[in-house]
Amino acid sequence: MDKRSARPAREIVVPGDILDDSGAKAGDNTYTVDGRVYAAILGVKNRNQYGVGVIPLGGRYMPKPGDMVIGMIEDIGSSNWMVDIKAPYPAPLHVSEVPWKVEFGDTSRYLNVGNVVLLKVLSVDEGKKIQVTMNDSGLRRLEGGRLVEIPYVKVSRVIGKSGSMIQMIKNLTDCRIFIGENGVIWIDGDEKNAEVAVQAIEMIGEHAHRGSLTERVKEFIEKELPDAGEVGE
Amino acid sequence: MSKKIISEIRRDHIFNLLKEGKRSDGRKLDDFREIKFETGIIESADGSAVVEMGKTKVTAGVKIIPGTPFGDTPNLGVLTTGAELIPLAHPDFESGPPSPESIELARVVDRGIRESGMVDMSKLCIKEGEEVWMCFLDLYAINYDGNLFDAFNLASVLALKTAIIPNEQYGKGEDVPLPITCLPISVTSAKLGSSLILDPNFDEENISSARLTVTTDDDGNFRAMQKGGQGSITLDELSHCLDMAVAKGEEIRKLIG
Amino acid sequence: MSGTTDMILVNKDGKRIDGRTPDEHRDIKIEAGVLANADGSAYVEIGKNKVLAAVYGPRECHPRHLQDPTKAIIQCKYNMQTYSVSDRKRPGTDRRSVEISKITAEALEKVVLTELYPRASIDVYIEILQANAGTRCAGLTAASVALADAGIPMRDIVPAIAAGKADGYVLLDLNKEEDNFGQADVPMAIVPSTNEIVLLQMDGNMTREEFDKAIEMGVRGCHDVYKLQKEALLNRYSDGGDSDE
Repeated sequence: MDKRSARPAREIVVPGDILDDSGAKAGDNTYTVDGRVYAAILGVKNRNQYGVGVIPLGGRYMPKPGDMVIGMIEDIGSSNWMVDIKAPYPAPLHVSEVPWKVEFGDTSRYLNVGNVVLLKVLSVDEGKKIQVTMNDSGLRRLEGGRLVEIPYVKVSRVIGKSGSMIQMIKNLTDCRIFIGENGVIWIDGDEKNAEVAVQAIEMIGEHAHRGSLTERVKEFIEKELPDAGEVGE
Repeated sequence: MSKKIISEIRRDHIFNLLKEGKRSDGRKLDDFREIKFETGIIESADGSAVVEMGKTKVTAGVKIIPGTPFGDTPNLGVLTTGAELIPLAHPDFESGPPSPESIELARVVDRGIRESGMVDMSKLCIKEGEEVWMCFLDLYAINYDGNLFDAFNLASVLALKTAIIPNEQYGKGEDVPLPITCLPISVTSAKLGSSLILDPNFDEENISSARLTVTTDDDGNFRAMQKGGQGSITLDELSHCLDMAVAKGEEIRKLIG
Repeated sequence: MSGTTDMILVNKDGKRIDGRTPDEHRDIKIEAGVLANADGSAYVEIGKNKVLAAVYGPRECHPRHLQDPTKAIIQCKYNMQTYSVSDRKRPGTDRRSVEISKITAEALEKVVLTELYPRASIDVYIEILQANAGTRCAGLTAASVALADAGIPMRDIVPAIAAGKADGYVLLDLNKEEDNFGQADVPMAIVPSTNEIVLLQMDGNMTREEFDKAIEMGVRGCHDVYKLQKEALLNRYSDGGDSDE
């Protein structure tokens, strides 16, 4: 608890708030007028050696190349699939970006509407046109299990510092879990355990801005699963 | 409001649980979500209510205005019901003229109220053949997470139940409550696979094959029904829907007093 | 503005029929994040006005032909519910609501960083649950809170309020009676960090001197509204400190 009080209080800013007028570099989610840096989004003020910026508290996921995402096939073309990855734009998955050799017009034999896929963002061009790929190790169609959606800004909380939070959830529930940067999370395991993992992650999604989260999530899982941690360690 | 795509994983999860008699949010098959309501929320309306069923939220308001009766019912008041699925309530709702879905919703709610005789129309005559009270009941979806039929029905009943005839505003004496005879309650069953559930949420509604809305009166008699969806209902299932509508209808009627 | 009345709207002590002084706005309540489905939302009460706003987006723009390859477009729909006014309003769009939707979208265009989302649409829905003079200002006030709540990048938050004139007095935030029987109405909205005007309408009859006073009063009123908008957004996240990461 001492550690917590030692940390400077976080400062929430709204669009138009002045972040700096002493020449700091403008960071993410800011704009500059006459040398002053302003917040361009609702979020937490973040000052570091690179400058001053804002960490968003909400909003839509905007894909970045290299992001691992989970999406749902929402439409099928003759040479691609349209994937909903919860971004402002649809993400086409071209037949050349899947691990199968797909004949023209034969797309629905491999992936169909409603299927869920683990993908990587290949590129986002200047016009925000997105390309996704399934051609990388571990990328695949996801079957069975559970899906949870949380705001993408909470993904870092679910992962935790160097993966500590997600590792704890995996250990205590003995579930397999894939986290999409877009806030879509896939969980597979024993029914009761998977349900507890889903609830734990939803809890983080709802309360990530409150204190001592790791402890509370741990307490929650141990209460729901008294035998937790005895398996898979 | 045509069917939305639900991911295979969510759909399979819901169906797998149903096989064991469970639902994804922990409810029993015949449980409603928590119902919250408030009346008199809009002062400019003559009666109004907001109803929440889980994350589904709707409002109802009634305006009571003097007007000309229909020729064939010169001594009866008039009830007109409209429903709007405004785009504020869901990313897939679009603005524009009423959709077939919103028209069906309004008509099914209207039928339950009309056929139950909830509002005593004979007491809404001001001067036979010339002037009667016209009740305009308007319904709005505020946040859509399934089961608008029952949410709209309940909001309508609450708005009418607390409505006032605005005699003063039109120089016709003192304001009086709208004459109410009973509380028609609709209960909608949705069919998923071979399971019947009540108060379906968005995901459940979108993977259901059929639904049946049953409206009962204070005596548990049936006053209106509507089957919807492309699937079918067996006679045994129908019987089960009717039993649930009577039992749950009574429970909800007690809740709103 | 058209009606006449014997009613005294402002008495000789400068008090208005609801007890306010000429430069006082009605009670204002703002809440952010009130709807589950919307990306951002807000509920605003100004006096007896009750307004809900929801924002969806940025998302794919429909219909397609409205897409702009260089920036997102803002599509706004202002809708008055049938029982929001004393005579039942006919459902559906009318010319008044089309005009209000247009000027509201234009006011928001000024602050939203639309260039970050080419081809996309940011959809703003304003529902008037109860109307009592000043709904376009309440709607715009709610819409800008909903946009910020949706995490949409923007330069500033836009507050709006009306000034006007009744019984020869310049007044802030007209109520229903002052709006009906007064001599002028000036709804306006500004960018608080620069005081630039992004929405302005006027109808009635005012001298240059009166109009200048109305603008001055309106700008100050807007800054009051802005404080409450900001508070509403901060309140949404005020229930805890930092947590472990």
